[in-house]
Amino acid sequence: MAAETRPKRPFRWHIGIFLAPALLVYTAIMILPLAGTLQLSLFRNIEQHQVFVGFENFRTLFGDPNWSVNFWNALRNNVWFFIIHMLVQNPIGVMLAALLSSPRLRFAAFYRTAIFVPTILSFVIVGFAWKLILSPLWGVAPHLMDLVGLKSFFTPWLGKEQYALTALSLISVWQFIGIPMMLIYAALLSIPEEVIEAAECDGITGMSQFWKIKLPLILPSIGIISILTFVGNFNAFDLIYTAQGALAGPNYSTDILGTFLYRAFFGFQLQVGDPNMGAAIATMMFLIILGGVCVYLFLVQTRLRRYQF
Amino acid sequence: MTTKLLTALLLGTSILGTAGLAHADDVTLNIESWRGDDLAIWKDKLIPAFEAKNPGIKVVFAPSAPTEYDAALGAKLAAGSAGDLITCRPFDKSLELFKKGNLADLAALPGMENFSPVAKAAWQTDDGKSSFCVPMASVIHGFIYNKDAFDKLGIKVPTTRDEFFAALDKIKADGTYIPMAMGTKDLWEAATMGYQNIGPNYWKGEDGRAALIKGEQKLTDADWVAPYAELAKWKPYLGDGFEAQTYPDSQNLFTLGRAAIYPAGSWEIGLFNTQAQFKMGAFPPPVEKAGDTCYISDHTDIGMGLNAASKNADAAKTFLSWVASPDFATIYANALPGFFSLNSSPVKMEDPLAQEFVSWRDKCKSTIRSTYQILSRGTPNLENETWVESANVINGTDTPEAAAKKLQTGLDSWYKPGK
Repeated sequence: MAAETRPKRPFRWHIGIFLAPALLVYTAIMILPLAGTLQLSLFRNIEQHQVFVGFENFRTLFGDPNWSVNFWNALRNNVWFFIIHMLVQNPIGVMLAALLSSPRLRFAAFYRTAIFVPTILSFVIVGFAWKLILSPLWGVAPHLMDLVGLKSFFTPWLGKEQYALTALSLISVWQFIGIPMMLIYAALLSIPEEVIEAAECDGITGMSQFWKIKLPLILPSIGIISILTFVGNFNAFDLIYTAQGALAGPNYSTDILGTFLYRAFFGFQLQVGDPNMGAAIATMMFLIILGGVCVYLFLVQTRLRRYQF
Repeated sequence: MTTKLLTALLLGTSILGTAGLAHADDVTLNIESWRGDDLAIWKDKLIPAFEAKNPGIKVVFAPSAPTEYDAALGAKLAAGSAGDLITCRPFDKSLELFKKGNLADLAALPGMENFSPVAKAAWQTDDGKSSFCVPMASVIHGFIYNKDAFDKLGIKVPTTRDEFFAALDKIKADGTYIPMAMGTKDLWEAATMGYQNIGPNYWKGEDGRAALIKGEQKLTDADWVAPYAELAKWKPYLGDGFEAQTYPDSQNLFTLGRAAIYPAGSWEIGLFNTQAQFKMGAFPPPVEKAGDTCYISDHTDIGMGLNAASKNADAAKTFLSWVASPDFATIYANALPGFFSLNSSPVKMEDPLAQEFVSWRDKCKSTIRSTYQILSRGTPNLENETWVESANVINGTDTPEAAAKKLQTGLDSWYKPGK
């Protein structure tokens, strides 16, 4: 009889205990604030009291032209900011990585470091340095362009509505080009020698080796970089804030979701902060990023897997 | 979380602080302020002058960083650990504190009669019945010019708009100097040093401002559009690439002697005196034709109120009455040239540039910036929009009429005067 009763498996406490520290920290610093923000966006301050108003804040955000015009403007600018990064930063990053991984390149370590250095600089430094470089009064940009006879092409880019956002996007590209370069560089180094040798045996060398063998193998890394760029760009705030101020001038042409959120949440000058509307904007940013990441995970990454070893 | 922690810490320090002082017989007053720059002036000049006259009252000036002031003060007031005296920001921020019951009503304070209604407007309820801060200082707008440049080019100080533009033309034709040092990159220069500087002459100072608040005038009226039309005419006189010229750039251009005229606020005086190597003068915003009444922006900027929860209210009131007195005004205005006392009794100042600025009060009528009282409470925020549109007008991306229309539409969407 005794043999029939299976010994009860003890509850495995250690799993919970080992998970607990990470789970607690993550909950405290990520999940709770996120939930708090979502909750805040459903309330409104009426007569010094927080009152539950359902989706009223979102209706204001999309229905009231005073908010919606700014929101769509910020979103449009943010999309352009992202497009510039995808078109400029990532292709150049891949190119630099391909050059760096070439065994014949001398001083590769120096280039690698030099290109990566801006990434570790503070936004404040980058913002102010570029503001000075591009300054029409004391900047080196007009002087250097003068030396090569291109002075007539110089305009105060950061002060012109039609150029400011693109100029800032390129500054951001300059700063962060090191990240795709490093990730792709690592991916290129991890391609097994046998694959390359096999390709060489089949007579595929040089450029066609890159296009036919290496590029398909690093596509998953490019995917990861794209999603990192997407999340980074739609959370961006600091560069615009340091270079253009919270009003993201001229005429809101560099306003992105981050600066729009900042003004709404904390207020600016005489504008009193409205944490509830700010939380509504933050929620929209969260949903946009969540949507983008989901599209990537479910549509793109599943197809990329085929190329992995 | 942080607020609670901060509150707890502040509460802790306040208890310890009081414990340490308990043995002294004197009453100690603490001043909350964001003006850390003024610490030396308070410690060395103002407080000794007060304590000499009022034995038994000790005063401690305890400033915090400007960016943290409002949040820290809010937390301290909530925890009951804030100082007895509170430095007041103008308009809505202080009004909010008063409405929450954090600031005491000072309408009956001896000394308040020393101030004009305009001076008190920044710290009054909308109906003007309660005053809750003693006005301390204001800043005046005008134009500072390079005297050496004017002498060299033989230009007389302009008093009318025609003379003003003739002077600008002459400087531009000569080519040695940039006619005017101003940029639109930081936006607020265009609004504060531009629109709010020259505007009062068009909208007749307080008359226009009050009519705008009452809804009798609109920003699209001729008097309010005209300053934009004048700003649009400034464009050719600004330096190359003014679109990307920041506020410090403008200051440097002028103090390095590369520009002839600087649309200014009087707060620049202190800095310019130490940096500029040439003689400077100042003139008020030019009027249309000689003999017209002139109006200046004499903007109330800083005041001091009484913490309603203060345990030393009587001593604090004594101090505030002193702040309202000409004695205080004289020391303060001389220590900080460019921050002018709002006291009705004239204050003797040593700095010639500051004297020039303040002399306009006698011949011109004072007003404050049009967007500050009541009109910047809603969304879109009129002050912020004025920054953006003023810059747009100077950049030439918006016509004066279009800019005025945008501002009025924004204001109409939330401000319904008379309701």
